[in-house]
Amino acid sequence: MLAKLMRLSSVQRVVSILAIVGIYVILANTLFPEGSFFHVSSYSVNLLGKYLCYALLALALDLVWGYCGILSLGHGAFFALGGYAMGMYLMRQIGDRGVYGNPELPDFMVFLNWDSLPWFWQGSDSFVWMIAMVVLAPGLLAYVFGAMAFRSRVSGVYLSIMTQAMTYALMLAFFRNEMGFGGNNGMTDFKDILGFSLQSDTTRLVLFGLTVVILAAAYYLCDRIVTCKAGKIITAIRDSESRVRFVGYNSASYKVFLFTFSAVLAGIAGALYVPQVGIINPGEFSPINSIEIVIWVAIGGRGTLYGAIIGAVVVSFAKTRLTGIMPEAWLFALGGLFVLVTLLLPKGLVGLFDKRFPAKKNTTAQENAA
Amino acid sequence: MRPAMMTPEQTGPDTRHGMILYMENVSVSFDGFKALNDLNLYIKEGELRCLIGANGAGKTTLMDVITGKTRPDTGTVSYGQQFNLLQHNEEQISRLGIGRKFQKPTVFEALSVKDNLYLSLKMDKGIWTSLWHNLSGEQKDDIDRILHTIGLTEHRDRPASVLSHGQKQWLEIGMLLAAKPKLLLVDEPVAGMTVSEAERTAELLTSLAGEHSVVVVEHDMGFVRSIARTVTVLHQGSVLAEGTMDAIQSDPEVKKVYLGEEGNA
Repeated sequence: MLAKLMRLSSVQRVVSILAIVGIYVILANTLFPEGSFFHVSSYSVNLLGKYLCYALLALALDLVWGYCGILSLGHGAFFALGGYAMGMYLMRQIGDRGVYGNPELPDFMVFLNWDSLPWFWQGSDSFVWMIAMVVLAPGLLAYVFGAMAFRSRVSGVYLSIMTQAMTYALMLAFFRNEMGFGGNNGMTDFKDILGFSLQSDTTRLVLFGLTVVILAAAYYLCDRIVTCKAGKIITAIRDSESRVRFVGYNSASYKVFLFTFSAVLAGIAGALYVPQVGIINPGEFSPINSIEIVIWVAIGGRGTLYGAIIGAVVVSFAKTRLTGIMPEAWLFALGGLFVLVTLLLPKGLVGLFDKRFPAKKNTTAQENAA
Repeated sequence: MRPAMMTPEQTGPDTRHGMILYMENVSVSFDGFKALNDLNLYIKEGELRCLIGANGAGKTTLMDVITGKTRPDTGTVSYGQQFNLLQHNEEQISRLGIGRKFQKPTVFEALSVKDNLYLSLKMDKGIWTSLWHNLSGEQKDDIDRILHTIGLTEHRDRPASVLSHGQKQWLEIGMLLAAKPKLLLVDEPVAGMTVSEAERTAELLTSLAGEHSVVVVEHDMGFVRSIARTVTVLHQGSVLAEGTMDAIQSDPEVKKVYLGEEGNA
């Protein structure tokens, strides 16, 4: 089976691996009894689900950074916005089971002595509305931000700093109680989603499965984008934007499209993340989070979509392990790893792997480049 | 602009008077330095024109003004009789049919030779088209024909980054041709080329004139002599002399400021 896997194109490889991992984890969790060597605990399923949300976020960043040279230091903001959209829906599902027992208002609003839902909470109890918001909130922000930045031809370091400022500003705004998003504490104590308890193992397993499916679908879409004609143009923009303009392409519209698409993916990742970890708070907007995404992608291998996934999973796993043993050492380890990878493995972890098992490429050009 | 039903890209420049480009009284200054000084230049349809001039004479600035990269302080630039190029940006000017080859070869290094031409084809350049586009048979033929013209057929699938300097220059000319331009601006095509490469480039450019109007900026006098029918000499941002190579070389003004400085070519 392994030999067969080696002959597939990268999309087929990634989708097969995700399918195998997803099915294995779900079966191992349900079929094997606890204590069995093959058993995968519900805790591990949950943890893996969280990593895969990070993987989707890393994929989104790699699309803009690896393929179009847009180094966003604010992708955490789109992730958090998607998460907040989901969080609002989950808050409303609590209903009168909150501490204050108010059927209409979430606890934090009762605490603030508000007597009705603010306008931007209208509709948040609808699942469909929530899905729309998960896509629209990050999508619109990215579209407006991208349209302004790219049409004014802001790029490079300046753009990175602006994205960083954007997420920082949002963090400060969401920290305020008056914003109406739970302030400092954010939103938590979720009870159920579509009527299914979030505490039940089955719901968690379904959420995990959904994350696997969505990650695979997103991978397929990203791969389609980077290999189609638009993808070639996007790569060309990365290498020589002014030349692309002279050939007659409005490079800004390509960048706005890619940035918006990537932000929507990040938002979806956030929405899948929140029910699995059970909390969303303004800390998700923190600039450090966004920088960590960049490090995942750099360590995994920038400009290869699967590298982003590998980077996110490997680094997050290392973080879980290391923060368990020595919490204060994590940031040093992360920094050190980043420096080592940049110096020794400029193509990231997948650079090592690709040398041994080159994937079947779609175009002969890439074959010749290797 | 005339109220036609067709888009500007479809109508093409109005060249009923035989001229494709008019530049009148164009001045550009950078921090007080006059890069172009009251310049007047007319290019006929289908002609092959060489621009020569010492460093700083304004050759590259002139190209920048035509392609919309630099806006002149004063003057008018029109393409055919109806397009005021000063009202269009780089992408629009490119779509109107003015192609430019840069001094330094700038091909898309990460893409294959074929894909470099693919991106340069004259077609809708919007994002939605690009997301769903597949090459039509006609477009494949266009690409094959251009590959043949520029002599890179056997390198079609190789990434542009591995081409030699001369091959990159040809690829760039091919990219211009793919856009089916009316006016080609070619900046120092033979800089850094071997003698045989320069000869092939001369053949290529001569074969393009007629169907296209070609403006070549070049330092290499031997090369200019081998291709030029009309030569324009720029000096300090304006036209010093214009005529055949022989007439230019015997012009006393030109001898004094240009050929005199560079030695008798």
